[in-house]
Amino acid sequence: MEVGQMQRQWVVYTKSLFTEGFLDGQFLQLQQLQDENNPDFVVEVVSLFFEDSERLLDDLTFALDQKGCVDFKKVDAHVHQLKGSSSSIGAQRVKNCCVAFRNFCEEQNTEACLRCLQQVKQEYCLAKNKLETLFRLEQQIMAAGGSIPMIELSF
Amino acid sequence: MGMAAAESQQYHVLAVDDSIIDRKLIERLLKTSSYQVTTVDSGSKALEFLGLQENDETKPITPCVSPKIHQDMEVNLVITDYCMPGMTGYDLLKKIKESSSLRNIPVVIMSSENVPSRITRCLEEGADEFFLKPVRKSDLNRLEPHIKRTKLKDQKQETLQKVENIEQQQILQPESETIIEQQHQQSLQQGNNNKRKTIEQGLSPDRTRPRYNSGIATVV
Repeated sequence: MEVGQMQRQWVVYTKSLFTEGFLDGQFLQLQQLQDENNPDFVVEVVSLFFEDSERLLDDLTFALDQKGCVDFKKVDAHVHQLKGSSSSIGAQRVKNCCVAFRNFCEEQNTEACLRCLQQVKQEYCLAKNKLETLFRLEQQIMAAGGSIPMIELSF
Repeated sequence: MGMAAAESQQYHVLAVDDSIIDRKLIERLLKTSSYQVTTVDSGSKALEFLGLQENDETKPITPCVSPKIHQDMEVNLVITDYCMPGMTGYDLLKKIKESSSLRNIPVVIMSSENVPSRITRCLEEGADEFFLKPVRKSDLNRLEPHIKRTKLKDQKQETLQKVENIEQQQILQPESETIIEQQHQQSLQQGNNNKRKTIEQGLSPDRTRPRYNSGIATVV
């Protein structure tokens, strides 16, 4: 595939991530912090988000598996962290899931929390796949000697 | 927008956050605004870095990032997360404001939750700004006035201390204490005025921040 075509594909894909709500403006903030001195900033931060989220999802699965004695304070603390990190990278749908999740923590509703956990896991996997696809497209463009198109916002 | 690069480069910011993602983010944000940055992952490490020794904490200091910066390099501003395990950002703020050597350092609190009582509590305790997370580049424009004001205050206090020393040698101590007390009250009042402005400017419910969905980007 020629570079121009890959770049157009990247643009269409990036736009779709925003219109479908996977990403929000915070992801653009991240992209704006990337420059020639820090060419891998976005990938670095998002990789940290993957590591962090996977640990938190494991912790959550464990915490909600304590039959009859779920420590909701602990569950809430984990969800709070996941909400923070997803909002810091602009993973909007993961963040929104966390907001609903926390309400059920407050109600101490185990059933609903378990449902939220499944949703959060699903949204996280989706977001991860989408972001990895985006990064792969970028690598291909770079490998072909092209540059990543700039996204400019009309503020 | 912001300061000229050369000017802010002389300012050193200590950023405190338990989340590595947010440390990376705030570090890049500050560095792109040409601040010198040190990041640590807890309030107690921040206090150690600032040279405030706590009796119960005697672990060695290991800043997570930028270890090259010498420890007794002056810190011009502390920006800290509110919600951290162990010492919270609020606790850290109180410790800084209780310390005679540190209380002039401006402190900015960051929090992902817009809880008015929390914001008020922090501002009353002497925080200079309250940022909602995620912090954006435009938020950083609000740091500069605090750093500059503090620099001036530091200079004033130095002169005041000299005067005080002379007075101590010559006359009674209580008098000079009243002067300092008055000065302190004045600066407190000034601080409060600033704070009120901060709340009005920075925390309107819809935030004036540009959002992505205000018209999908022009993609070139």
